[in-house]
Amino acid sequence: MSSGGAGSAKPERGKAMSHRRGMNDRYAPVWMHLVAVVVILVFLAPFAWLAIASVTAPSDLLRRPLRWWPQHLDLSRWVNIFTGDANTPAGGFRSAMVNSAIVAAGTVALSVAVAVLGAYAVSRLRFRGRGITVLGFLSTYMIPPIAIVIPLYLILVQIGLLDNRLGLILVYSSFITPFVLWTLTNFFDALPREIDEAATIDGAGRMRILWQVLLPLAKPGLFSAILFATMLCWDEFLYALIFTSTPASKTIPVAVAEFSGKFATDFGLLSAGGLLAAIPPVVVALVFQRYVTAGLAAGGVKG
Amino acid sequence: MGHVTDSTAPATQSRTGSPANADPPHGPAGPRTSSSSSYSKRFRRTYGTSRRSGGLAALLLLPAAVVVFGLVTYPVLRTVWLSFNRVLSPMPTAPSEFVGFKNFINAFTDSDLIAATGHTIYFTLVSTAAEIVLGVLLGQLMAQKLRFRWLLRAAILLPWALPTVVSASMWRYLLNADYGPINALLTQLGIIGSYRSWLGTPTSAMNMIIIADVWKNTSIAAFFVLAGLAVIPNELREAASVDGAGAVRRFFSITLPLLRPVIMVVLVLRTIEAFKVFDIVYVMTRGGPSNGTQTVAVYAYQTAFSNQNFGYGSAIALLIVVVVLLLAVAYIRMLSTGGTADGGR
Repeated sequence: MSSGGAGSAKPERGKAMSHRRGMNDRYAPVWMHLVAVVVILVFLAPFAWLAIASVTAPSDLLRRPLRWWPQHLDLSRWVNIFTGDANTPAGGFRSAMVNSAIVAAGTVALSVAVAVLGAYAVSRLRFRGRGITVLGFLSTYMIPPIAIVIPLYLILVQIGLLDNRLGLILVYSSFITPFVLWTLTNFFDALPREIDEAATIDGAGRMRILWQVLLPLAKPGLFSAILFATMLCWDEFLYALIFTSTPASKTIPVAVAEFSGKFATDFGLLSAGGLLAAIPPVVVALVFQRYVTAGLAAGGVKG
Repeated sequence: MGHVTDSTAPATQSRTGSPANADPPHGPAGPRTSSSSSYSKRFRRTYGTSRRSGGLAALLLLPAAVVVFGLVTYPVLRTVWLSFNRVLSPMPTAPSEFVGFKNFINAFTDSDLIAATGHTIYFTLVSTAAEIVLGVLLGQLMAQKLRFRWLLRAAILLPWALPTVVSASMWRYLLNADYGPINALLTQLGIIGSYRSWLGTPTSAMNMIIIADVWKNTSIAAFFVLAGLAVIPNELREAASVDGAGAVRRFFSITLPLLRPVIMVVLVLRTIEAFKVFDIVYVMTRGGPSNGTQTVAVYAYQTAFSNQNFGYGSAIALLIVVVVLLLAVAYIRMLSTGGTADGGR
């Protein structure tokens, strides 16, 4: 991963490269593998325990000394989550998952749609007040939710979007859009302008260049922006805590937080709900893992 | 986890440019920005698009502006107004009394807020420091050629993907005083004699919150470091190794200085996030016991929503914004001067 192909152009360095490759092929020493095993255990153990606890009978979970392996499988929480009524805690997890998915998908779609256009303008057009525009967008991204949550609540009441998924989508888009705009601008900036030039000579208009030339080339950027935006939506808590109150719009972080507050000792269902909430982002993160580093490198490091 | 400022640009440019021994300082990556802007100048001159750009730019930016500013402009102004008033209900028709700067003056003498500021600073310093140190170590480990590197990377990625609230609920359970698996494990291993109430005393609770935060947020620091390591040419470390530098020496004289820009970015992101910390505290302790883990964001929330003191709550929220902006400006300064000192632009 760290070896670039920089030397391939010069034949005399080719030898050095292949020698280096040889060195690189050797595995790290054993102690480092041991450290890696410990790290993996530390990171995975809590997840493993959640999985075990979610299928362990309640009485076993409250036992002292605690048994680390269930006497018999108790799948009742998972059954209740998938079949229970939305007003029960278990069924509530299911409806909260659906809400979270809809809110995240809606927010990402809206934000990406408007940010692609904006990022093209910021990256490719020269206009008065360009710097201040970018700064203006970024500053809204910096506002802590706690600073505007009270008046925002009142607005949502007035326009009838309190406890409503569309309301959450609009609120989330207001801070996800600057983030996507920023990331995409960086990726567009990295594409040389000769590409635009060539396409213009070939007779393509600006919008055609954006959709058919730049966007496909900036695909890694688009993917990593979508990935990070999805994570931000799935994770958001304070707005959802204050703006949602019923299964109609309650998102999964709110459902989990409420549950862990109300049913303090139902650890099995808490574990199942927590695992369930973790599955979508964890799967997305693992599948798109390489865009995590790409996004960090472009958005954070390269700027 | 958000993404940063354009002033990181010089820092990276310096990083890709500065290993002058390996590549000429103006290698392919170096002057990209300047050359592309001169291309664009020529491009615009050739096609005469500069006149139309303003209108087109406005048109293209309009949808984003509506989405971003349409909803938040009024709340920002309203919060500023609230902070100068005494308001005891969130409703717009609620009676309000203009009190000038009284809310802000009160904030500086409010012993609860001062205590909350202390907790926040302690949390920010300890968690950020731990996340950076562990992030550098884990980033290095992930860059090694290991037999099951994919598993290591996946395992380190997991906490990052886990929603903060889920992570906090999980730690609250793991640390439970009566049934928590951590108590069970430590007593069964004989490390502690009896079950402890980890979240039961202010100091212990704060440290447990920090552990939970570090467990979750070290991941992002580690992946930043991994991304930064990918840009450091291996030749540098190997040359040093040929010259007889040991692993420790190589780390401190080559890797760490070259990682500086990445570490700075992590420092910026984590301190700003840590100063605003809310979710994890709210879920793990609600600011207790005896307000011992109350951070400024939790205090602002409780002032506004539990005590219904919306004017004062808004004033505290605005003070948080001011501190965050000051931090951001200070860091942008540091990042840009750091970049120049490293031989950037």
